[in-house]
Amino acid sequence: MDLMAAKVIGAGLAAIGVGVASAGVGYVFGSFLQGALRNPGAADGQQGRLFIGFAAAELLGLIAFAVAMIILYAV
Amino acid sequence: MAAEAGKIDPMHQFQIDAVGGGALDGTPFVFTNSALWMLVVLSAIFLFMWGGMKRELVPGRWQAAVESFVEFVSGMTLSSIGSEGRKYTPWIFTIFIFIIFSNFMGMMPLAIIPGLHPFTVTSQFTITGLMAIMSFSIVLIVGFWKHGFHFFTLFLPHGTPAPLMPLIFLVELISFLVRPFSLALRLFVAMIAGHILLEVFGNFIVNGLNSGSALGYGVSLISFVFIVGVNALELLVCAIQAYVFALLASLYINDAVNLH
Repeated sequence: MDLMAAKVIGAGLAAIGVGVASAGVGYVFGSFLQGALRNPGAADGQQGRLFIGFAAAELLGLIAFAVAMIILYAV
Repeated sequence: MAAEAGKIDPMHQFQIDAVGGGALDGTPFVFTNSALWMLVVLSAIFLFMWGGMKRELVPGRWQAAVESFVEFVSGMTLSSIGSEGRKYTPWIFTIFIFIIFSNFMGMMPLAIIPGLHPFTVTSQFTITGLMAIMSFSIVLIVGFWKHGFHFFTLFLPHGTPAPLMPLIFLVELISFLVRPFSLALRLFVAMIAGHILLEVFGNFIVNGLNSGSALGYGVSLISFVFIVGVNALELLVCAIQAYVFALLASLYINDAVNLH
């Protein structure tokens, strides 16, 4: 296997992380909706925490994307 | 823009060039497209704020828009930092409005004017990293100024068992030091990813139309429908990323001010 093929396979493997992070983001918003529909009065006060959870879950997917880009273009 | 037909080069849009075709390595003082678009963003912010600062008793639409921006940010700092949050509102407002304006400027379809290439300022790690480092410096300076060496208790939550103390301290220290990187990385990678996606599918449309076959036209149509949806999503992401950056910066400042 030459280097270019290995790079492309590695970048594809790193892209799995982006998909997994999407599951995480969906879980964050889904759980928030579950809680918010049970107690709508408290929902607005928790929006900051919602976005902190969203940011933490999203960051890992973005890091996976950055790893794929590094493998493809920088290594 | 693809250099030749069929070859997609999504990273070219992030390249920094000298405006007017000078060399980048001749002198450190080169007016680049990044600097040009920062000036564009700055003048847009200036126009927006200037139009809304007439201090009329009954605010018009424009003033109401500016006031809702300011109230949004000051409400965010007050709710996350507390009564001392008012002092930090100017910095949080500065980064929030700069990020949201430059994100939206990069999304504008200005490339339909020939020769004009919109440049997303926030897709460069130097810009986002600088804003993250300045927020982090505020955290460090305020923390050590207000609490002295008590600031280190930030790394040891109350009631930590003595055997675990070194481990917890290490973990908390690392998570504290990683903050500026994660703050900067999130914004710049989100912008880069969105623009690469738009570029790739935009090229699918053009290449499909150039191919002249029925399959190509079908691919173009599907890509066009897809890209309209992705554009709407990107506008949402632009606003969310600006909000998240400002929110996390104010939360980190809260750690320094109130020491949990």
